Amino acid sequence: MAFLELEKLTRSFGAHNAVDGLTLGVEKGEFVALLGPSGCGKTTTLQMIAGFVEPTSGAIRLGGKDLLAIKPAKRGLGIVFQSYALFPHMTVAENVAFGLEMQGVAAAERRTRVAETLELVGLGAFGARFPRQMSGGQQQRVALARALVIRPQVLLLDEPLSNLDAKLREGMQIELRQIQRTVGTTTILVTHDQAEAMALSDRIVVMNQGKAEQIGPPHEAYERPATPFVANFLGKTNLVNGATVRPERISFAESGLAGTVRTRIFQGNHWLYQVDTASGLVTVIRQNTGEAMPGEGDAVHLGWEGRA
Amino acid sequence: MRAAPYLLCVPALVLFAGVVIVPLSMTVLLSFHDWGQYKGIEPVFILKNWHEVLSDSYFHEMFARTFRVAFFVTLLAALFGAPEAYILNRMRSPWRGIFLLVILGPLLISVVARTLGWALLFGGNSGLVNKALMGMGLISAPLPFMFTEVGVVVALTHVLMPYMVLAVWASLQRLDPQVENAAVALGAGPFTVLRRIVLPQVMPGILSGAVIVFALAASAFATPAIIGGRRLKVASTLAYDEFLNTLNWPLGAAVAVLLLLALIAVIWGANRLVERRYAQVFA
Amino acid sequence: MSRNGPIALTYHVLFVSFMLAPILVVCFVAFTPEGYLSFPTDRWSLRWFYAIAQYPEFISAFWRSLWLGAISSAIAVGISVPAALAIARYRFPGREAMTALFMSPLMIPHLVLGIAFLRFFTQIGLGGTFTGLVLSHIVVVIPFALRLTLASAVGLDRSIEHAAVSLGASESVVLRRITLPLVLPGLVSGWALAFINSFDEVTMTVFIAAPGTETLPVRMFLYIQDNIDPLVTSVSACVIAITVAALLVLDRAFGLERLLIGRSAGHGR
Repeated sequence: MAFLELEKLTRSFGAHNAVDGLTLGVEKGEFVALLGPSGCGKTTTLQMIAGFVEPTSGAIRLGGKDLLAIKPAKRGLGIVFQSYALFPHMTVAENVAFGLEMQGVAAAERRTRVAETLELVGLGAFGARFPRQMSGGQQQRVALARALVIRPQVLLLDEPLSNLDAKLREGMQIELRQIQRTVGTTTILVTHDQAEAMALSDRIVVMNQGKAEQIGPPHEAYERPATPFVANFLGKTNLVNGATVRPERISFAESGLAGTVRTRIFQGNHWLYQVDTASGLVTVIRQNTGEAMPGEGDAVHLGWEGRA
Repeated sequence: MRAAPYLLCVPALVLFAGVVIVPLSMTVLLSFHDWGQYKGIEPVFILKNWHEVLSDSYFHEMFARTFRVAFFVTLLAALFGAPEAYILNRMRSPWRGIFLLVILGPLLISVVARTLGWALLFGGNSGLVNKALMGMGLISAPLPFMFTEVGVVVALTHVLMPYMVLAVWASLQRLDPQVENAAVALGAGPFTVLRRIVLPQVMPGILSGAVIVFALAASAFATPAIIGGRRLKVASTLAYDEFLNTLNWPLGAAVAVLLLLALIAVIWGANRLVERRYAQVFA
Repeated sequence: MSRNGPIALTYHVLFVSFMLAPILVVCFVAFTPEGYLSFPTDRWSLRWFYAIAQYPEFISAFWRSLWLGAISSAIAVGISVPAALAIARYRFPGREAMTALFMSPLMIPHLVLGIAFLRFFTQIGLGGTFTGLVLSHIVVVIPFALRLTLASAVGLDRSIEHAAVSLGASESVVLRRITLPLVLPGLVSGWALAFINSFDEVTMTVFIAAPGTETLPVRMFLYIQDNIDPLVTSVSACVIAITVAALLVLDRAFGLERLLIGRSAGHGR
C-alpha cells in the first residue's frame, strides 16, 4: 500500500468533470509531478489533497488514514502556492514561524527551527525582512521554508516556479531537487511545464481532461508515450507513416526519406530544421557540434532508428 | 455554507430595511396625505398634492429652473472639466499628483465654506468677479450674480467640477498611452488624435461624470439656498421651505418624491444610452 | 508621453485659479481687521478667530460634528466589513441587487433622505436627537465605507488564507491574524472617507438637526442664511484648514486617487 493514495478521485463542477476517476499511489519520499495543460484537473487534484476543494467522489488516504475526514488545518501538509501567498504584514521569520506557532511549539524551539530552515533555503540573513522587500526568487524560498518548517508529511507545490524568469527557474529547479533530497519529504508538484516536471520528479502523471493519460518515470513517458497526447505534450514529435519519432532521433543520412530543407533555425546548442518530405513536414533537431550543416533549400535524406 | 453570504449581509440589510426603505416608503405615503393650516397632517389618501405640483404653473416654473440650472452646470463641467482631466493626465510625476490633489481636494471641503467663497466673490456690485470682469474690459457695468441663475450655475459648477474631472480622469487611466503614439506614428496631428482617438475613448467617462453632476446639481441644496436665496427657488429649497417654514409636509414630500422620480428616470435613461452605445467598445 | 503646450498650461492655470479662488477668498477675508467683510490690505488681524470663542454654538457644533462623524463612520465600517466579505467572496442570488442597495445612498438625493428621516424620526420619537443623526449619517456614509472595504477584500489573495489554514490555523485565527490585518488599510481609509463625508454633510442634516443637535455645517449654513459677516469666514477658514490637513495626511497614507476612485492598491506584485 502506497504512502499517499488517491482512489477514483472525482470532482465535478456542474456537468463537467474537472477530475475524473484519478487513481494514484505515491511512495514515501517520492517526488511526483502532476503535469498537463491548464484545465486538465491537476490544480483541482492538489486542492483536494490540501482540503480546499471537496471531492465529489473517491478517497484520499495518507499513511492508511482517511485524509478527507481531517480538516484542512489539521492535515499537516506543506503547501507552496503559485502566488507564494506570503503573509505581507509579517516578516520572513514570522512567516516561517507561523505554522510552528499554530502547532504550539515553544518559542525557543521555534527560533531554532526557523533559523535552520531559512539556512536550508539559503536565506539565513533575511529573517527580519518583509516579503515585499525581497525578489521573486527569494519570496519563493520563503514560501518553501514556511512549508518545510512544519515537517509536513507531504509537500504540495502548486506551479511554484512559474512566476520566475527562465534563468532563475533553472537554478531553483536544481536547488528544489537538492532540498527535497536532503529532507526526504514526499512531494507532489503541479506544473504545466514538461521540462520542469521531467527535471524534478521521480515519476510524472500526465493529465488530460481530468484523467491520467500516463503514469511513469519521465524518460519512460518521453521515450514510450502511451498516447498521442502524451507524445505531443512531452516534446516535439513527428508522426511519420503512423509512427511517432522524436525530432532529435532523426539524422541526416546518405539514404532514407528524401526531402528538402524548408527552414533552418539556429538555437545555440542545436539546429532546428523543417524538412518537406513525401510524408509531410518533418521536424529535425541536430546538435550543434560546429560541423557544417545542410542549408535551406538543400536536398537531404532522413534516417532514424527502427526505420526500415 | 450556502447561507453564509446572507448572514454576513444581515447587519447591512437590517439597517437598510429599517432606516432607508421604511422612511422612503413613509415619505411616498406622506405625499398622499392631506394638510391644513390648523388641522396639520391628516393621514388620508388623496391626490391633492400631486395634482397641485403637476398642474400649478408655479411648480412648473420652479422645476424648469431646477433642471435648467442642472443642465448648464453639467454642460459647463463637461466642457471645462474634461480638457483639464486630459491636461492633468499629460503632466509629469510630481505635478500630476499635486494638481490632482488641488482639483479633487475641494470635493472634501465643506460645501457651505465653498459656497460662502462664491458669495464673497459675487458680493453685490463691489464683488471681486465684477471688478475683474470690468478690469479686463469684458463688461462696463457690474453684473448681478447673487440671487440669479447665473450665479447659482457658476457656484454649482465649481462645487461639482471635481466629480467630472474624477470621472474623466478614471477613464483616461484605462487608456493605453501607446494608442495615441500609434496614431501619431500613422501621421495624425495632435488635434486629430484628440478628436478621433482620445475623445471617443473617454466619452463614457464624460457621460458617467455628466450623470453624477446632473443628479447632484438638480438636488443640490446649500449652494442654491445661499446664492439663490429665497427669491430664486429650486426644487430642493422649495421643499425645505414647505417642511421647515410653511410646515406643509405632504406638499414638500410630493416635490421631493417627484424630484427623485425625475432623477431616477434621467439616470436610468443615461445609463441605457451609455450601455447601448458603448457596450461593444468596452465589453 | 507628449508634453502640454503653452495653451494647455494657460488653460490649466485659469482652471486651477477658478477651483481655488472661492476657497482662498474665504481664508483671506477671515484675516480682516475690519468689522465688516473686506480684504485685509495693509494689516492682518486674528480678531475674527478670537471672536469664534464668543460663540459657543460654533464650538459645540464642531465637537458634535466630530463625534457624529467618528461614531457613524465606525459603525458604517463595522457593517460594511461582513457585507464586503460576502460580496467579494461568494456568488449568490441577489448579490448584485444587494450591492446596488448598499450603494444607493450615493444616488438618492440627500434632500430626499433628509425629508424621509425627518418624517421617520418624528414618527418614532427620535426627532432632533443625536441617535437620529447617527443613524442617518451611517446610511449616507456606508457607500464610502463599503467601496473601500470591498476594494481591499477583493484585492485579498485567497491563497494567503489557504496558506494559513494549511499551516494549521483555525478559522478564527485566520480572521484575526491574517484577514483583518490585511484589510485594515482599506478599513481605515474607508473610515476616513466616511468621516469626511459625514463631517461635511449639510443637505440632509439641516432637516433633522434641531437647535441643540446642530452640526457645524448646519450651524454655518443657518448663520449665513441670516447674514454673512467675517465671523463665518473665520469659522469656514478653520474648517478648510482642518480638511486640508486631513487631506494631506490621507493623500500621504493612501493616495487620494485611490480613496476617491476606490481602487485597491493590493499587496506585493
